[in-house]
Amino acid sequence: MFRGKRVIALGDRDGIQGPAIAACLQTAGAEVAFVSTECFV
Amino acid sequence: MFQPVLKGAACLLVHTPGLVRHGSKPSRELPPPPAPLPAAYRQALRGYATAVAYPPNQTFIGNLAPEALWQLPQPWWRHPLEGAAAEGRYGAILPEALFLGWLKVADAFDLVQLSEEFVAEIRPALAAHWLGGADDAARLGRGVAAGEVLARVQAGRGLPLYLGDRVVGCVLPGHEHDAALTPPVLLENLATKASAALALRHLLRRPAPAAPRVEAGALTYLLSCSEEAVGDRYNRGGGNLAKAIGEMAGCSNASGADVKAFCCAPLHALVIAGSLVAAGVAEEVAVVGGGCVAKLGMKFQSHLATQTPLLEDCLGAVAALVGRDDGVSPRLRLDAVGRHRIGAGSSQQAILEALVVEPLERIGRRLVDVDKYATELQNAEITLPAGRGDVARQNYRLLAALAVRRGELAPAELDAFVQARGLPGYAPTQGHIPSAIPYLPWAHEALRAGTLRRAMFLGKGSLFLGRMTNLADGASLLIEAR
Repeated sequence: MFRGKRVIALGDRDGIQGPAIAACLQTAGAEVAFVSTECFV
Repeated sequence: MFQPVLKGAACLLVHTPGLVRHGSKPSRELPPPPAPLPAAYRQALRGYATAVAYPPNQTFIGNLAPEALWQLPQPWWRHPLEGAAAEGRYGAILPEALFLGWLKVADAFDLVQLSEEFVAEIRPALAAHWLGGADDAARLGRGVAAGEVLARVQAGRGLPLYLGDRVVGCVLPGHEHDAALTPPVLLENLATKASAALALRHLLRRPAPAAPRVEAGALTYLLSCSEEAVGDRYNRGGGNLAKAIGEMAGCSNASGADVKAFCCAPLHALVIAGSLVAAGVAEEVAVVGGGCVAKLGMKFQSHLATQTPLLEDCLGAVAALVGRDDGVSPRLRLDAVGRHRIGAGSSQQAILEALVVEPLERIGRRLVDVDKYATELQNAEITLPAGRGDVARQNYRLLAALAVRRGELAPAELDAFVQARGLPGYAPTQGHIPSAIPYLPWAHEALRAGTLRRAMFLGKGSLFLGRMTNLADGASLLIEAR
């Protein structure tokens, strides 16, 4: 599903953080174009 | 080596509806002063009595146990507590009018200009307040002519200070060509200084037996863990607001420094305070955290859209005293400090293993050996209307899930773990303030009474917001009964 796709990973500090999402997507074959984690508190 | 102990803590709120418009989000999205505010916004602001009677605020200052909030009908803002007091076991909810006076007290450079009429109105109450006094009243000065204040606001030089619809003062720039000394920045810094100093005064002045029995002059070190940036154009975050706070609180024998780690700063500061005591560098160290004007009204748009009152109308401030073992106070377990190492990874499992599992294993303990965890304690009534979930509950369920994964709990026991060892979120979204430390005075009392054996405080910090790293931060500290 992600192989060959370019993705943007937007994470939540108290949920799944950006680098963790990016790591999963990279192992799934995606190219991660941008990673960010946001904090809503 | 000396054993550091937690000798007491204070948690204060300052109700500042007039400052909400100067919060980062409102200041960018509301009509700039002196334009009038939208009617819907004005109607959504709470009065002082309403803020005092708000159950989470009563918990914050020590009048209502955190666990008791779960038993109350919700939303809490629809069910004010009858007979709620502005003074609490651990703190107080201070009114805005007096706080504007304390901003002037905190100001050593005549940058806060209050009108003569307003100064005359508040001087007696400031002088009589047990957190104020004659010296504070004298520092108010005489004030300036109201016309002069209005002229400065209308000329765009002064940031107006409102009490209701009245302009009662303004904040002037600290320098004509320095972005670090603009009125909004100075207001933030002065509000942090004043609120932190008031929390420290509460800790030091409250009468026995609640007092930690330490005089202001006995403090030799202060650590500020606040969210502000004190500096000038050549050093925008130079800091040492700790020393300014100590000066205002009468700690003439203390020096200090600031601990900066976003919302994780309070936990780092507690660990450093304990370490200073353990090493013999200081006998009594105060950790102080002042309120954050920038975070007032952060979710105001969502609150207006959902007909929720503007609940982010209070500055929060905390002060904690860490000192040498006095034979009665709960101990800081410096052999069980949790660190989110740079290489630890960013998954919640990795974070919790670094902050909780590793330090507990170091002392031969498991997750279920901790009676109470204090984590991110943001009031969910603030975050839910904005679609941001219940942050406290999320964090506790992650902790419980880790315990299940480690075989310390059956999956069916997850909810019971959260209920027994967790807390509802009740703190205002003031960044560092809700990060575990609101529970300090509750834990201190329970650990001394023996109703808790161990309490672990977990803080998190959003370092990525500063755009220097994608890393988050975290720290934990275990405090244990004797």
